[in-house]
Amino acid sequence: MSNHAVDISLSVNGERVQKRVDARKTLVDFLRDDLFLTGSHVGCEHGVCGACTVRVDGEIVRGCLMLAAQCDGAKVETIEGLSDSGEVADLQAAFEQRNALQCGFCTPGMLAAAQDLLKRAKKVPSRDEIREHLSGNYCRCTGYHAIVDAVEAVAQGRAKGR
Amino acid sequence: MKPAPFAYAKAKTLKEAVTLLAKHKDDARLLAGGQSLIATLNMRLSAPDLLIDINGIKNLNGIAKKGKYVEIGALARHAQVEHSDVIAKHAPLITLAMPHIGHPAIRNRGTFGGSIAFADPAAELPACLLALGGEIDIAGPRGKRKVKADAFFKGLFETALRPQEMITTIRIPAADKATRVGFAELARRHGDYAIVGLAASARGNGKGLADVRLAYFGVGDTPVRARKAEAALAAGDVDTAVKALDLDPHDDVQATAKTKKHLAGVLLRRVAKQLMEARG
Repeated sequence: MSNHAVDISLSVNGERVQKRVDARKTLVDFLRDDLFLTGSHVGCEHGVCGACTVRVDGEIVRGCLMLAAQCDGAKVETIEGLSDSGEVADLQAAFEQRNALQCGFCTPGMLAAAQDLLKRAKKVPSRDEIREHLSGNYCRCTGYHAIVDAVEAVAQGRAKGR
Repeated sequence: MKPAPFAYAKAKTLKEAVTLLAKHKDDARLLAGGQSLIATLNMRLSAPDLLIDINGIKNLNGIAKKGKYVEIGALARHAQVEHSDVIAKHAPLITLAMPHIGHPAIRNRGTFGGSIAFADPAAELPACLLALGGEIDIAGPRGKRKVKADAFFKGLFETALRPQEMITTIRIPAADKATRVGFAELARRHGDYAIVGLAASARGNGKGLADVRLAYFGVGDTPVRARKAEAALAAGDVDTAVKALDLDPHDDVQATAKTKKHLAGVLLRRVAKQLMEARG
């Protein structure tokens, strides 16, 4: 069966959501326009900038390169969920402390990508590994040194706390 | 920008997908990982009437060694292939290439079969498949068929796939003790499509190399083999191989043809070193 409108049922930040969506609506537009979760940003809309990075079933994805219709049955987590749960609280504090953001447009995606690296890392990642993991997230204000500093500091802090 | 309206169908089986494709032909597109397709929809570079989502088809994402081959399901995600022990052991060229494809979030969604079917001339996996002498399993309304990588890439974004067909499995000869592989690419930023790239395989033959396969990407309408350079490298002379590079790149937004040809030589020296150093 095919249709221009699709009924979906999914979990967003732990809450059950049921909606009818346009088949052509991307996940990030669905999150922003239908659920008013505007923390995920729409930048380039072709997968280059990383501002729309969210987690689907535990993996980071581009919110602009996945359709809402594809998320039926999925578990979606946005920056609102990651910050409310406290999962990225130390990253948020380190970004603020080290001036790793100015306008903040890239920050939600940057935090999601950084957290993805840190939660998988078995040891403190090198600066090169941090840069490589964040290479798909563009920042047009600060440059990247402060961001890498913040992520590295949190990685070291978490390793000590283990 | 936002995509033009389209209808969406979720295929649960291979048969359902192929039946829908046969019915809608050029008006429908298969949605696998969507990391290129959805970008082109958003930019309205393509506007199909129907998207057939194949992500729900079961048993199309396996990775396994079967006899002398490694088989990769069309829906295997790049991240899954990147971290697969089977691939690292039996198809190490693919493991070398994977980190160069996009970024982690892209690799979590993009699929092996999708990359082969899309056939971007600057993409890594089509060139790897060509270098490894792989084979593509295709399903269509008239049943199944196989196509060798050497006959698969026909032109710019053009493959041996017919409009109503889809890739099911990619088959690669498994590496053995004599197998040598090398990979290098030059890109402006990590994760960008390459300005020029080279995927290579060979067999160690005493002190030399045999069966050298050099597959360049980013230098033409398809991934291309540099056959004269392959012969020269098998004869053991890197300088001659660089001079013999039979490539005809075009100017593009990234670099002039002249620059690309020069860089192809640079990459050949790097990859030749990898092939020689792997001498066990």
